Amino acid sequence: MHIHAYEKIWLATSVLLILFLLGSVTYGAVGPGVAMVSDTEPTIDAGALDEDERFSEPRVEQVGENEYAAYVVARQFGFQPDPIVLPANSTVTFYITSADVIHGFEVAGTNANTMVVPGEVSEITVRVEEPQEYGLICNEYCGAGHHVMEGKVNVVSQAAFEERTSGGDGE
Amino acid sequence: MSEALEGDRTFADKYPEEARIVRAALLSSFLALVIGAILGIIQTLHRTDVARIIPSTDYYTVLTAHGVFLAISFTTFFLVGLFTWAVVRSLDRPLLNTKITWTWYGLMAVGMTMTGVSILAGFVDAVDMSADVLFTFYAPLQAHPMFYAGLAVFIVGSWIAGADYFRTWLAWKREHPDERIPLQTFMVLTTMAMWYIASSAVAASVLIFLLPWSLGLIDQVNPTLTRTLFWFFGHPVVYFWLMPAYLLWYTVLPKIAGGRLFSDPLARVVFVLFLLLSTPVGIHHQYLDPGIAEGFKFISMTNTLFLLLPSLLTAFTVVASVEYGARQRGGGGLLGWLTDLPWRDPAFTGMMLAGLMFAAGGFSGMVNAGMNINYMIHNTIWVPGHFHLTVGTAVALTFMAATYWIWPQISNKPIYSRTIGLVQVVVWFVGMALMSNAMHAQGIMGVPRRTAEPEYTGFDYPTMFGGFEELNIQIAIGGTLLFVSTVLFIGNLLLTMGNPKVSGLADPLPPALSGPDDSPKVLDNLRLWVGIALTLVVLAYALPLAAIVQRGGLLGPGVGTYPVWLAPLFDALADAAAPLVGAVADASASLAEVVR
Repeated sequence: MHIHAYEKIWLATSVLLILFLLGSVTYGAVGPGVAMVSDTEPTIDAGALDEDERFSEPRVEQVGENEYAAYVVARQFGFQPDPIVLPANSTVTFYITSADVIHGFEVAGTNANTMVVPGEVSEITVRVEEPQEYGLICNEYCGAGHHVMEGKVNVVSQAAFEERTSGGDGE
Repeated sequence: MSEALEGDRTFADKYPEEARIVRAALLSSFLALVIGAILGIIQTLHRTDVARIIPSTDYYTVLTAHGVFLAISFTTFFLVGLFTWAVVRSLDRPLLNTKITWTWYGLMAVGMTMTGVSILAGFVDAVDMSADVLFTFYAPLQAHPMFYAGLAVFIVGSWIAGADYFRTWLAWKREHPDERIPLQTFMVLTTMAMWYIASSAVAASVLIFLLPWSLGLIDQVNPTLTRTLFWFFGHPVVYFWLMPAYLLWYTVLPKIAGGRLFSDPLARVVFVLFLLLSTPVGIHHQYLDPGIAEGFKFISMTNTLFLLLPSLLTAFTVVASVEYGARQRGGGGLLGWLTDLPWRDPAFTGMMLAGLMFAAGGFSGMVNAGMNINYMIHNTIWVPGHFHLTVGTAVALTFMAATYWIWPQISNKPIYSRTIGLVQVVVWFVGMALMSNAMHAQGIMGVPRRTAEPEYTGFDYPTMFGGFEELNIQIAIGGTLLFVSTVLFIGNLLLTMGNPKVSGLADPLPPALSGPDDSPKVLDNLRLWVGIALTLVVLAYALPLAAIVQRGGLLGPGVGTYPVWLAPLFDALADAAAPLVGAVADASASLAEVVR
């Protein structure tokens, strides 16, 4: 079969482009360490979240030096806790599950973004920098009130965060 | 062989019964286009807060209907019409039995009517029926059973259409034992083979899980499993939309440009690649799903990126064929030949603009496909911005543009106004450029897709490439232009249908510059390619599906049921079924009348 010389060049360039794209994603995974949401967490009974140690009281807690875990429940049509208050300059791992249908969890304008599927727990780890208020939105259609499902992620200074937790109000 | 005959006789002259079927399928497609466009303009103006004429809760009824009517009904009806024309034309033989053909057409029409009624009933509070589950119908949101049943009937209809093409080809093969499969028929057969593989998963999801669940026969389903089965179908379906556009770009566009296809063998290679690679990639829609291991996502991404290859090859071949046409018309120079193309022909200009936008859509698709880059844009309005370039322009604009060429061939009626046609395709291009560009930009700001009110009370979006509101205005203007373009298209077509029949419209298609005899015989070995395609699907999906079932069980790990319709099931069913059967019968009878 005859292939024109220009077409051979085009074909080779196309393959290079594909390899470049694969390489860039692989670099993102092993270099900056952008991990995908995965199947690391076991399944959970979406109908019995109030009996679950982590999700009966959605909250943020310290799990190490400058490391925090945030347990978040999405349900029609809101998030718990709301707002999610995080200390600045820390590493936060979100564990998010749904009490009813499929939702999305997106901190607007950032790459903190995941699907929230009932029966599963989404785990994503993010680096939190300076104090700032972010919008939290459900980005998967979840029913007639989907457009009112919003929350907040407030990144506050370490001092303000500690004052808040010692005040006894976990949310 | 048939050139001379075809020279003075149109498709409608040679195959009047088949031409009637093609017209019926195309008109069904355009009916869906009109409904979809009306819903589209309501949606654009609502989302951007320019005019909110419906309550926001009804927005999701509009959105579901817009998606199903345009992505399923408009595309598939056009496809079966075009494929019927392509098979009969390129084999130069009639269909085996047009009763079978009318049967699949009827099944598809009935199925789509059932699904459409179940969605549109969501507007009427008095009817306890709704299917506001959007195009993806993710469980545990649950639609009325008629929504799922209609989809199943529609898909079965499309399967019989495929069988119709395969049987007609086999009959031809017995009559022409030593000939290569004609190119257009080859394209149809590989596309339908891909469709059988792809749609089997969604059919299984609907028939085994979703329909029995909506009827109350099983209590719950596994949301990750039904979602994965949807995307098993949901990615190849985009190539199912695209393949008829490719068929037109490869076999009709070069002719309109004044030349002929550059290479028949490479066209076959491209369609074989789509058959092989379209399906084992669906998990790239689930990069951000919990419950699916990262490794499966990486495999899916690798397959996805290699799927760029046939499209990049197509870009080369189509441009080369068009350049050849321009040079045949006397064009010269490095780029000077561009001025020697028939830019006043709406069929040509429409398809070229569609191809240009497909290139832009291809680039935003590369971003979607990169799994960790996907975090930035997943479920933002970037994604609809992307697919309005691909299915919404590469496919839709090609279909409309091709109609200006094909309608005279199948009806013996000249187009009412080629000038209106030219304005129409340019307005579509401008409207989509505005709308899609602004959607991409908003997506990077984090503005979500699929919402009635993207403005939130508690926070403001970051500003980049212009603010949120400014981009909203671009979206609203773009969406309005798209609606105007659709109205121009339909108006022009209706006026064309009112034209008297004339003779002398025949416009035969020349064979490729480098013909089929130049290509390896193995390319025509469909059994081999289907076998490899199935193997790749098993490799890509067996382990993920097994892992999902092992994790959550076939029916899911404790998940409830959330019907979007609230009435007692069987009352609603009984009420709905009786008038519906009558309505469908009436509708199909009157449609048949119109077509005749």
